[in-house]
Amino acid sequence: MNRLLLNKIILTLSILSALIGISFLFWILATLSYKGITSIHWSTFTNDLVEGGIRNLLVGQFTMALIATLVAVPVGMMAGIYLREYGYGSKLASVIRNLSDVMMSAPSIVIGVFVYALLVDPFGGYNGWAGAVALAIMMIPIIISTTDNMLALVPTELREAGMALGGSKHKIILQIVVRAAKVGITTGVLLSFARIIGETAPLLFTSANNQFFTMDLTGQFPSLTVSIYNLATYPDEASRELAWAASFILTMIVLIINLLGRFVIRNKK
Amino acid sequence: MGGKLFRNFSFFSATLSFFLLVGIFAILFHYAQESMHTFGFDFLWTEKWEPGEDDEGGIFGGYIPMVGTLLSTIIAMVLATPLAMGIAIFLTEIASVNVAKPVSIAIELLAAIPSIIYGMWGLFYFAPIVQATFGGNGVGLLTAGIVLAIMIIPFMAAITRDSMNTTPSVLKESAYAMGATKFEVIKDVIMPYSKGGIIGSIILALGRALGETMAVAFLIGSVMHLPSKITDPTTSIPVLLANNFAEAEDLEMSSMYFLALILFVVSFIIISLAKFYFLGRKVN
Repeated sequence: MNRLLLNKIILTLSILSALIGISFLFWILATLSYKGITSIHWSTFTNDLVEGGIRNLLVGQFTMALIATLVAVPVGMMAGIYLREYGYGSKLASVIRNLSDVMMSAPSIVIGVFVYALLVDPFGGYNGWAGAVALAIMMIPIIISTTDNMLALVPTELREAGMALGGSKHKIILQIVVRAAKVGITTGVLLSFARIIGETAPLLFTSANNQFFTMDLTGQFPSLTVSIYNLATYPDEASRELAWAASFILTMIVLIINLLGRFVIRNKK
Repeated sequence: MGGKLFRNFSFFSATLSFFLLVGIFAILFHYAQESMHTFGFDFLWTEKWEPGEDDEGGIFGGYIPMVGTLLSTIIAMVLATPLAMGIAIFLTEIASVNVAKPVSIAIELLAAIPSIIYGMWGLFYFAPIVQATFGGNGVGLLTAGIVLAIMIIPFMAAITRDSMNTTPSVLKESAYAMGATKFEVIKDVIMPYSKGGIIGSIILALGRALGETMAVAFLIGSVMHLPSKITDPTTSIPVLLANNFAEAEDLEMSSMYFLALILFVVSFIIISLAKFYFLGRKVN
């Protein structure tokens, strides 16, 4: 076959695949916006699930994701600091780095099963803490990897300058190295938050769901994503509309946080 | 003093991932014991999932969900791999920077959309199309496989793009100087150079597809039934867990843990293979 023709065919196919990829994004966003916006009313935000709104679900989902973040960010950052600053080059650090990478891709439903066995079954029922812990377990490996990679970008000279001034190791890390990597780590935190706020599988049998407004993390806790899953399978039109409204709002939250993360890092450059 | 404390806390945090991984394995293994002792290896090829009278005993086998997981993943991989390669080639070799940048962002946003949204969209908009085109009743292996493919394409394309981008321009330019066409440069210079990364990205996407729960839960049909056609509804390990784990008791519960253990171990092996054998860990 003519090699110039073959070249054209392959390049056309490649452009075509990019077009297919983008059209799916627009297709999904278009149907979501259409179905979502037409289903949103003022009462969607002011009522709880029991009255056909998502107020308690939004508060519940954010509460669990924020608790997860409060746990995962310090733990993940400290682990990343160990891998890059203390244990750098050691066998142990490389083993931990690899295991953490594997944990990052572990099936989320398995993490749900694990937390069920650990925090739900022994404590007599679904609870918000279990949901938050499941989300934290998903988030920690992402923060570790981000911190590790961002600290790697900090030039060694900065550390040496700190040492030359007589700074102790932990002061150098906290006040020079982490500060220099601040923007990158912030982006990582935002992106991982966007990821866990949309998670469903780890919450199905940890926090489960609650129709009422509650801040009591020791009992069943309202979840936006779990509600979407339940509502979508109900036969009545009102439930489906609410599921679309909730899906639209969830997607907007996720995409906005995502773009915000990218914006933060772009502004630095 | 503060330095020591800081160092210890950082060391403890680092070891946590190790304990989590071992902890998950140990807990799943522990709770799967009852099922393992009752069924042994027969669990892997038993097609029945039947609770006994009064929730006592019963026969449970993982064959159907395992086959369902495997088949939906294969469909997804067959569809996603060529498309993801095409997108990666488009982004690295064809598009100008002004086009590649927004397309890259769009593809990455596609990866950020929560899987439950793919499920909703797939159930109400995509399943009817599949039904009209291929017959069946809308939900089933094929629908789940296609939507799964849409989900893993951006992920696969992004990693492939990154590894294609590592090809030194000098190599590409020398090939162009010899009169090679773009396709020949891609095939003979870029592909061989970034082979490891490309295979790694495919295997990582495979690991994702195996463990994906919510999108598949909406679309695969969730019935304990061995599919005979590609449009038949069936179930998968994550979907069975998502729908029935919470209500299960005793031996059935233990069988669920057994399935979760199988899924965990298989993903562990696949991800490790991708990361260490193909993607390599860029040391430093």
